[in-house]
Formats: sequence, C-alpha cells, structure tokens
Amino acid sequence: MSNLAMVEAVNAAFAHEMNADDSVVLLGEDIGVNGGVFRATVDLQERFGEDRVIDTPLAETMIAGLSVGMAAQGLKPVAEIQFMGFIYPAVDQIVSHASRMRNRTCGRLTCPMVLRAPFGGGIRAPEHHSESTEALFAHMPGVRVVIPSSPARAYGLLLAAIRDPDPVIFLEPKRIYRLHKQQIEDNGEALPLDVCFTLRDGTDITLVSWGASIHETLQAADKLKEESEISCEVIDVATIKPLDMDTILKSVERTGRCVIVHEAARTGGVGADIAAQLAEKGLLSLFAPVKRVTGYDTVMPLLKLENHYLPDVDRIRRAVKETMEFA
Amino acid sequence: METVASFEIHYRQYLNAEGRAVDELPEFAKDADVLQRFYRDMVLTRTFDKRAIALQRTGRLGTYASSLGQEATYTGLGHAMQPRDVLAPSYREHGTCFVRGVPMSDILLYWGGDERGMAFEKAKDDFPVSVPIATHVLHAAGAAYAFKYRKEPRVAVAVCGDGGTSKGDFYESINVAGVWVLPCVFMVVNNQWAISVPRAKQSRSETLAQKAVAAGIPGEQVDGNDVIVVKDRVEVALTKARQGGGPTLIEALTYRRHDHTTADDASRYRSRQELESEKKKDPIERLKHYLIAEGAWGEDQDRQLSRECEGEVDAAVDQYLNTEPRAPETMFDNLYESLPTLYQNQREELQAKWKRHE
Ligand SMILES: Cc1ncc(C[n+]2csc(CCOP(=O)(O)OP(=O)(O)O)c2C)c(N)n1
Ligand SMILES: [Mg+2]
Repeated sequence: MSNLAMVEAVNAAFAHEMNADDSVVLLGEDIGVNGGVFRATVDLQERFGEDRVIDTPLAETMIAGLSVGMAAQGLKPVAEIQFMGFIYPAVDQIVSHASRMRNRTCGRLTCPMVLRAPFGGGIRAPEHHSESTEALFAHMPGVRVVIPSSPARAYGLLLAAIRDPDPVIFLEPKRIYRLHKQQIEDNGEALPLDVCFTLRDGTDITLVSWGASIHETLQAADKLKEESEISCEVIDVATIKPLDMDTILKSVERTGRCVIVHEAARTGGVGADIAAQLAEKGLLSLFAPVKRVTGYDTVMPLLKLENHYLPDVDRIRRAVKETMEFA
Repeated sequence: METVASFEIHYRQYLNAEGRAVDELPEFAKDADVLQRFYRDMVLTRTFDKRAIALQRTGRLGTYASSLGQEATYTGLGHAMQPRDVLAPSYREHGTCFVRGVPMSDILLYWGGDERGMAFEKAKDDFPVSVPIATHVLHAAGAAYAFKYRKEPRVAVAVCGDGGTSKGDFYESINVAGVWVLPCVFMVVNNQWAISVPRAKQSRSETLAQKAVAAGIPGEQVDGNDVIVVKDRVEVALTKARQGGGPTLIEALTYRRHDHTTADDASRYRSRQELESEKKKDPIERLKHYLIAEGAWGEDQDRQLSRECEGEVDAAVDQYLNTEPRAPETMFDNLYESLPTLYQNQREELQAKWKRHE
C-alpha cells in the first residue's frame, strides 16, 4: 500500500504496466528527463530507458500519428499531450484514423493507444491551459473517453485504458492532481471502463458529474445534508464515452430528480446527452426537470475570472434546492 | 549523377561576446544615440522581466515567461519593424512589443489573467500573444497575403522558437509564403531549449535556418545576442519583402537563461556550467562594453539608466495593480460583436450570482 496523490497514481500505473508488458511505450513533450510538466512520468525514463519513455520533437499531430502507427503494429503507445489545449492538432489523427482503423480494416488493424492530457481550470494557468472540451471527443465514434476523479480511479482506470484494445482518450483533471492522497495497493488491478461509479448513496436527488467537479459536487452534497437534510446520491461518470446510462437511470428511478455538473461549456456538453437520455428513458421517474450546472457558453476566461466560470458549491446547492422545491 | 540543388547558410555577427566589432558596422550603428536607445530598451526589458518574476513569486501575477538573455533579439526586431508592419508573436516577445509602443502595464495585465491586457491602444494590428506553439506563424502568412492583395507596403513578422519549428504549422507557413512570394519575415528565436527538450532533439538539421531551403526561400543565422546584427538583418529582410522580394527566415541564436516559465525548474534538465558559459555572451554587457569603448557611455549614465528603468517599471506595476477588476459577467462581452439574446440569460445568471456575493 502506498499513499498517493492522483498524479503519483498515474506514475505508479505506468511503472506497473511497463514492468508487466514491454510493448507499452510512453511518448510526449518533456516526459523523459523532465518527467513531464506535472511530473506524471517522473523517473520512468531512468527506469525503462529512452526507447520506452520518449521525449519527442514539439508536434502534436506527430505524437498522435506516431501513436496510430505504433499501435497498429503491436506496440501500446501512451502519448502525453502536455495540456488539453494543445490536443487539437492531434484531433485529425484521432477522428480520421485512431477511432476508425478497426472499422476501416474490418478488424485487421487496430489502435490500442492511449492519449492522455491534463485538463480543466482552476490552477491559475495561462491562456489555453484551462479548457474542458471532453465533449468533442465524446462525439467521435470509436474512441473511449475516460476521466478519473481520485487517485485510486486514476490508477485503476489508466491500467484499464492501456490494456484496452481500442483507443482511449484519458483526461486528467489537473486541478485535483495533488488535492489529496489515497491508499493504493500497487497490484496491477484495473478498474472497469464503461461504468459509472456511485460515490455516495442517497435518496432525494441524483448528482451526476465527472473530473474535478466531483469534488464541488461532493461538498455540495455534504452541505445539503447538513443544512437541509437533502440526501444526494453522487455518481462519477468516469467513462463519458461510452456512457453507462443504466447506473444513472436506476438512480434517478429511485430519487426522481437529477442535477448534472460539469466544468465544460453548457451547449453540446456531455450533460446535454445525459439529460436527453433521461428524457428518452427516464421521463416518467422524474418529479422535476433535469438541471445542469456547467461552465458558461463563453471562452474560458483568463485566471482573474476563471473561478467565476467554474461551477462552484453554491451554484450546485442552488440548483439542487430549486429542483427539490419544484415538486 | 549531377548535383541539382545545393545550399549555404550564413551566420552573421557584428559585435562579439566581448563587445568588439568584428566587422564594419552598418550605417545606423554609427549613431551613438541609436545604440544608446537599443541599450536602454534592452535594460528596460530585463528590468521588467525581473519585476514580473517577483510579482509572480508573490502571487500577484500568473505564470510568466522571462526573456532573460534574449533581449537583443527582441529589441533588435522591434527596431527593425515599421509601425504599420504586423507582429505575430508567441509569448516571450514583450521586449518587441515595448518598442512597438505597447505599455508594460498591458503585458502585466495579460499575464496577470486579464484579457484587457491584449486590447492594445498602440500596435493595433499586431496579433495577441499566442500560446499554442507555432499556430500563429500561419497568421503572419495570412496577414502578408492581405497586404499583398491590397498592395500595401507592409510586412508581417512571425516569431517562434526552436521548438516551434518542429510543428507542421511552421513548415506550412514558410512553404505557402514561398509559393506566393508573401511579404513575410519568419523569425526563429533559437534559445536552445523547448522547455526541457534541447535543440538537438528537435531536429537533425545543422541549422534551423536551412529549413527555409525546402520552402525555396532564403534562410540565414544571426547572433541573436547582438542587437546590431538582429536589427540589421531583419531590416534587410523586411525591406526586401516590402519591395515584393518575398519572405525570409532568420534564425537568431541566443539562449534562454531563465527557467522556461515561472512554472518550470530548469535545474532538472540542464547543467549549471552550460548556463554559466552562456552568461558570458550577455547581450546587454556586450553592447555596454562597446559603447564604453567608443566613449559613448559611462558608469554614471548606466546607474542613471537603471534608476530610470526601475522607475518606469514601478509606474507600470502600480498601474497594473491598481487596475479596476472586471465585473465577472464581462466575460461574455467580447464573445461576439453583440451577445446573442440566447446567451443573455447566462450573462444575467452570472451577474446575479456576483451581486449576491458582493
Ligand atoms: C502546440 C503546443 N504544444 C505544447 C505546448 C506547451 N509548451 C509551451 S512552450 C513549449 C516549448 C516551446 O519551445 P520553443 O518553441 O523553443 O519556444 P521557447 O519557449 O523556447 O521560447 C511547450 C512544449 C504549447 N504551448 N503549444
Ligand atoms: Mg526555445
């Protein structure tokens, strides 16, 4: 057992899997000697060599395209995009190739690759370093999009992502990289992809979130319990594509109410899809309209205003109360 | 077999590291006032960088990228450009922006996390800071197309780093500028590092200047710590472009003496000795030595100048720190020319929340 922060859990998962499987290689900018700008890959080049922990030239299209080539030929590349804000040159490779190599070749060639990127706001970072655009990737058929929200889930889900036979976009909420530590047994046990994790059982309302926002959602749940005796069920979606609606629907069948919380802009966010599926399949269980607490439909502001953009405990509490008061 | 193409890449320097002229200086550099102005701008930039870092360390500025050691490149570039030319910078070129009339307080405002810092009253056509590496190099080509289309005697200048030359955007830019003979100058600031990745790991190419060869445009190297050669060669390239002669790639050889940004720790990946030996090529010291040897500068003047620069930076910092904060709902105000009514409710929601908390 070791006590690990989320970013250390990422490192531990890498070390475990690189020991277990020599087809796993890491590539990215500043990941070798420097150990990554967040230290996610610290010491790995020393342990596993420059052939397996590769400092690349500065080019994201290249990183993603190389990964497609490596993966199609039997390696298991795990590429780091330094920040999600720089993933866009890689989108062509993801949407045009990684996501559909299996489909195009009827399974002859596949892309068991992982593209990781830290994302999200709240760390006073410069421009382009704070957006949450997971919905872009959730829109692409053929990829998985996975977002851990605790050290243990980072460890288990990253192992699962590396072992998965298809491309995984693995987005790490950097605001909580070092928020708290958790006891983790470094036993190589993966957690399941494609399922939500119910973090807290409740009876009055279902709160659905992922990534860093889980923490404000949990805090809001605590406060609501304390101040108004409202019992919140809290679900961490974790794999946002494909989306495990069953867990969410089952919960809403019991609670009859749902608030969705995400940092990303509202329009076309993953929350919209969850709400749509609730309307399709859960309408008759609902006592109140589904509410979303999200980032706004504006450009992610620079650091002076970023905390006004991010959903906070207060906004979540108000949304829950309004939903409770509706009926 | 026959040779169907070959190339040479030239390197130029006027002042060596000791501040001695190694070649006959260009005309402008025979004017002591001009060199004193360059000197002053470099000292101001260094003073600014130092203060910006101090502000960051005390929580009053966001992440900041210092230009320590690279001042000659940025000052020289600024003085070579004409006011109506357009700059497409990356994020380390504040030295150039100052020459172009951008107030220091704006640069602080931006790195302090306030969009108004890029609203520039001066240099109004210049592009804003560009963080996504090399993406903006294409904008210079596009701007140059606009100038050519309207037959304006203007040139667009893109600046990117050694790391930036590895991106497709960079190759695409020099390629199209070559094909279309665009009035463009590509300034590659080779400071030897892209965060922790050394120049040698970006490219096997002996020089970055020779990347121009594949685009069919001229490429050359200059000593980026010699403000005279930077100003001279950039001006030559600008004049050529302005007269319809097409683009040039200039690789300025310099060295990033600070950490990549305040969020970085360069001691993790580069040696103390390397840094120490680079300090000996300091751009400011070398011009100072030259001016003193020419009898055009003295230690008293130097102390006076330091005080003046400190004073100017003090004033800029005061202005920055006393800037009235923006109301949160203004984050919607430059989204479109006018905010669609469909987003008005989000703006109001934010405003109401903010009022509740006041
Ligand atoms: C497209 C993109 N990828 C990655 C980054 C992260 N990053 C910021 S600066 C930098 C290194 C840039 O090096 P160079 O181009 O040499 O410029 P310098 O910082 O040395 O001036 C990297 C990788 C980024 N900003 N944009
Ligand atoms: Mg560089």
